[in-house]
Amino acid sequence: MNTFTNTGNIDTRSGFGAGLSELGDKNKNVVALCADLTGSLKMNDFKKKFPERFYQVGIAEANMMGIAAGMTIGGKIPFTGTFANFSTGRVYDQIRQSIAYSGKNVKLCASHAGLTLGEDGATHQILEDIGMMKMLPGMTVINPCDYNQTKAATQAIADHEGPVYLRFGRPKVPNFTAEDQKFEIGKAQILQEGNDVSIFAIGHLVWEALEAAKALQEKGIQAEVINLATIKPLDEKAVIDSAKKTNAVVTAEEHNYYGGLGESVARTLAQHHPTRQEFVATQDTFGESGKPHELLDKYGLNADAIVVKAEKLLG
Amino acid sequence: MTESQNLEPFVQQVRRDILRQVHAVNSGHPGGSLGCTEFFSVLFKEVMQYDINFKPDGENEDIFFLSNGHISPVYYSVLARCGFFDVKELNTFRKINSRLQGHPTTHEGLPGIRIASGSLGQGMSVSIGAAQTKKLNDDEHIVYSLHGDGELQEGQNWEAIMYAGSKGIDNLIATIDHNGQQIDGATKEVMPLNNIKDKFTAFDWQVIEVNDGNDLDQVRNGLRKARQLTGKGKPTVMILNTVMGNGVDYMMHTHEWHGKAPDDELLEKGLAQNPETLGDY
Repeated sequence: MNTFTNTGNIDTRSGFGAGLSELGDKNKNVVALCADLTGSLKMNDFKKKFPERFYQVGIAEANMMGIAAGMTIGGKIPFTGTFANFSTGRVYDQIRQSIAYSGKNVKLCASHAGLTLGEDGATHQILEDIGMMKMLPGMTVINPCDYNQTKAATQAIADHEGPVYLRFGRPKVPNFTAEDQKFEIGKAQILQEGNDVSIFAIGHLVWEALEAAKALQEKGIQAEVINLATIKPLDEKAVIDSAKKTNAVVTAEEHNYYGGLGESVARTLAQHHPTRQEFVATQDTFGESGKPHELLDKYGLNADAIVVKAEKLLG
Repeated sequence: MTESQNLEPFVQQVRRDILRQVHAVNSGHPGGSLGCTEFFSVLFKEVMQYDINFKPDGENEDIFFLSNGHISPVYYSVLARCGFFDVKELNTFRKINSRLQGHPTTHEGLPGIRIASGSLGQGMSVSIGAAQTKKLNDDEHIVYSLHGDGELQEGQNWEAIMYAGSKGIDNLIATIDHNGQQIDGATKEVMPLNNIKDKFTAFDWQVIEVNDGNDLDQVRNGLRKARQLTGKGKPTVMILNTVMGNGVDYMMHTHEWHGKAPDDELLEKGLAQNPETLGDY
């Protein structure tokens, strides 16, 4: 049984802000760019501490991506900050040509991803960003699960040479991973071992997966819970090893089931160990306004949904 | 000899290289390439301070970005003729397994290229970023960029132009190739740009106009003047009035040769107008 404890609800974007701020001290090449969302991205501390390395670009995300690409020439490590929607779909071609194809060392930091952005509704709730970003050759895609992990991931990506998409969120959610962890890109985190069903989760759904595992335990089902925070490159060995053990897989993510984590897991298993799989994800739909937990309930992205899918597999 | 007479053989050879590159693969963009031949020649042979041993980071040297990447034939020819890579490699333009892709890219590691371009409208932002990094690094060298006039129809340019003016990016010299042509016809018919000078001025840029961008003296004077304007708190744009297809009579004053290669007969005609000077590749 897992022993993870929620040390207090806090938003993952604050983990990004704290990580970025510490990074500014450690690495003088780190620069930050923001498109009029400094407060929302929690970049104020970095801005205050390092005003000469903070660039306010205004509401002009395409320009921000191009400037970030240019700033790498001469050794800077730009971190761009805006909402996930404006970090990806709005600027896909700029990322594709000026950053990914050009092999630029830009860190695309995206907050307010998924449904849990809440009341602003579907115009801002991107559920396609992981798919878009993982399709880009050479792009690393990371969706950490809580404050501590987001903070650690923010620092880890500065040491990784190449473009990275770092996805995090707006709502206050449980903080349960280790405070002083080191984030390893491409390394799965086995949170709980079990033999009956593998639950692979990312982002806000990792805590839900742990909650689901508790509920399943009460029903006599031993779930293995694995945090696949790095969607690309995927820790394929961890996925295959777990699937070989359980032969039943549930993936859980705050993203469309087209293009998300679930598809990456399915592709891996189809090649190496075909396994029955259920998907906890949005079903090719846009979101809507509402409170984060209401939206997760309505769209079936919570512990209950994971339990139902696991039971269906074991049925 | 005057400076321009010294450079003329180089210009003429570059024109030949452009025609031969596009003819060999029956594709590519000769019109805009020929229109900017004088600009590239003056910039790379006389104005920019750079290390011929190419360093992607471009520290402590002037750097150049081509935003309208489709005029790669002139870029490749000038880079090769300046010694960034062997001129024989021009034979590989647009062919399989080449570093000379249809549009310039860092992906294959071609010396001289620091960003991919081709999808239009992105080079201004990239140039601003590189200029900012030079400031952070206390590197007093200049960032040069080239953009098509039709390319200004892409909205990202105006985000970038607003930014550079507002933030006073004064180590940047952007040049607009103002040939009045684009794929579908004259820019004034496709999407009129009207007064480009006024637009840049309104965004707080310093504007230089070169009346004949195919005259080496005028290009040289324009770039020298632009260089003098750097470091004064504002970005500089040079509006270069050029003739698309310059130097090859049947390609001039029309958009027809924007993205079309000459056949065997027209190649010979174009080459006859620009006799070999420095040796064909």
